[in-house]
Amino acid sequence: MLNETAIKELQEIRSKYPSARSALLPAIYVAQREFGWLSEEAYEAVSEVLGVPKAIARGVGAFYAMYKHRPMGRNIIQLCTNVSCMILGAERLADYLKSHYGLVPGGTTEDGRFSLVIMECIGACGTAPAMLVNDEFYENLSEQYIEEILAKFT
Amino acid sequence: MEKVLLKNIENTNSADITEYQKIGGYASIAKALEKERKDIIEEVKKAGLRGRGGAGFPAAMKWTFASGDPKFPKYLVCNADEGEPGTFKDRPILEKNPHLLIEGMVISGYALNAEYGFIYLRGEYPDAKHILERAIAQAYDRNFLGDDIAGKGIVFHLSVHQGAGAYICGEETALIESLEGDRGQPRIKPPFPVNVGVWSKPTIVNNVETLSNLPYIIEIGGEAYSKIGSPECPGPKLYCVSGHIEKPGVYELPMGTSLREIIYTHCGGIKGGKQLKAVIPGGISTPVLPPDKIDCPMDFVNMPKHGSMLGSGAVIVMDETVCLVKVCYRALKFFEHESCGKCTPCREGTGWLRSILERIEHGEGQEGDIDLLLSVSSNILGKTFCPLGDGAASVVQNFIKHFRPEFEGHITAKTCAVEG
Ligand SMILES: Cc1cc2nc3c(=O)[nH]c(=O)nc-3n(C[C@H](O)[C@H](O)[C@H](O)COP(=O)(O)O)c2cc1C
Ligand code: FES
Repeated sequence: MLNETAIKELQEIRSKYPSARSALLPAIYVAQREFGWLSEEAYEAVSEVLGVPKAIARGVGAFYAMYKHRPMGRNIIQLCTNVSCMILGAERLADYLKSHYGLVPGGTTEDGRFSLVIMECIGACGTAPAMLVNDEFYENLSEQYIEEILAKFT
Repeated sequence: MEKVLLKNIENTNSADITEYQKIGGYASIAKALEKERKDIIEEVKKAGLRGRGGAGFPAAMKWTFASGDPKFPKYLVCNADEGEPGTFKDRPILEKNPHLLIEGMVISGYALNAEYGFIYLRGEYPDAKHILERAIAQAYDRNFLGDDIAGKGIVFHLSVHQGAGAYICGEETALIESLEGDRGQPRIKPPFPVNVGVWSKPTIVNNVETLSNLPYIIEIGGEAYSKIGSPECPGPKLYCVSGHIEKPGVYELPMGTSLREIIYTHCGGIKGGKQLKAVIPGGISTPVLPPDKIDCPMDFVNMPKHGSMLGSGAVIVMDETVCLVKVCYRALKFFEHESCGKCTPCREGTGWLRSILERIEHGEGQEGDIDLLLSVSSNILGKTFCPLGDGAASVVQNFIKHFRPEFEGHITAKTCAVEG
């Protein structure tokens, strides 16, 4: 179940659109935040508040890369490997995350501290290579800089 | 050239409404509201404004279609999905100059008689979401949004709709599906969104940069605006330059500035003084160019005459150390991943292209693979539901067209001559 504040938030989002169905994407974000990932329970909550069948909610959610359909680490490293980042060394950085943190694309560290997601372009090509950790951009990356950044996360 | 789109962004508070108004921001709304709706569209027509999202469609023409449709309400949607790899030009507007976009949308909304606007923002721009939402709240506070804009009884409501990581949602009909709470799969056209768009109502989808030109067009008039840059395709243009370049970044220059001038004059040339090997001029979907083909005016009309396209104005510069087979392979990995799965040529074809490129890149290429790539490409081109598949096919065709020996070398030597 969602708490009352989250339900209110969803109802407010709902009011911005002429149809409840349109609030589905933002609602899935809210459920993801509240439940940590998109479990059956999370989709049930979305379905209940918006009156959209659960199968539809899940089917829509599955289309989008930023929705998490399994539990993930506490911090999510989203490393871009598209062309501008690739030619400036993104693959080397992916190797570094593997050798130093045991992180493979799609994987999570054993202590649950980090998950790694390989991204298509994140719009930071001018400061490539780049990544997001959770909601924060980190640009002009090097191995050493990554180490400094990741030390901040618990 | 005076900066229009990136004006004042060195000011660390440029996203604040007070700072924006200090430099004359929001003055164009009052001026626009004095005009008849159709006169604003006329002004945009005189300005010659073309859409900056990739296709370069004349804005006034789209607006005229939407205005002519008798159905109401009409919706104005700003395409802030910015997903084309290499593209980061809308980001400075969204993060540093959000009021310029809001002002542009209010003016457009009035001209189109649309009372509701949505900004479809890619999920990967979390900062932009907060900045836009704050800016929208400020604009409501000062009566530039709401039920009685500038005390003139004009209604325009605006909100941000956050995408969730799907490149295809930048395509306008897929965007509409996504805004309606569905999977982002394109719709067949016609009917066009200007007649049957979001919630089956007339819908105008324009790119961030396109809409951000409106305040300036109203300020100086369409006639004066049309004198900036290329005569067939005027205005200021944002070029975002990345890769092996001395000074990467977003540059606001007159439309039609040559690719050579962008690279060598504005961006300081190739990083570390190395040799230029190839340039992708308009985002990953646009045809790659070799170094002897960069004397081309970067606009929507001239680039096709020079073998490529302006696309999103995203210039990706590659020096002599880059393996182009690998770049082509990486590009196709992207297209395969982002194909929405709706139509067979794109869904299956991008996968085949990727897998053939993968084996060539990994030293397992077979004789005949290049012809196979070209044959699969021609079976995609022009046969897909939306232009995503065309983009994928033409990427392969153009890499082979300009750099065939590099592909052949990989197949015969079973290794890469550049990277070893
Ligand atoms: C696969 C694909 C992706 C697209 N991505 C974007 C995008 O991220 N941003 C954008 O403004 N237009 C994008 N477009 C173009 C839109 O479909 C549409 O033409 C544009 O938003 C219209 O606005 P404009 O006339 O102002 O350019 C994309 C098109 C395709 C086929
Ligand atoms: S290619 Fe990595 S941010 Fe654009």
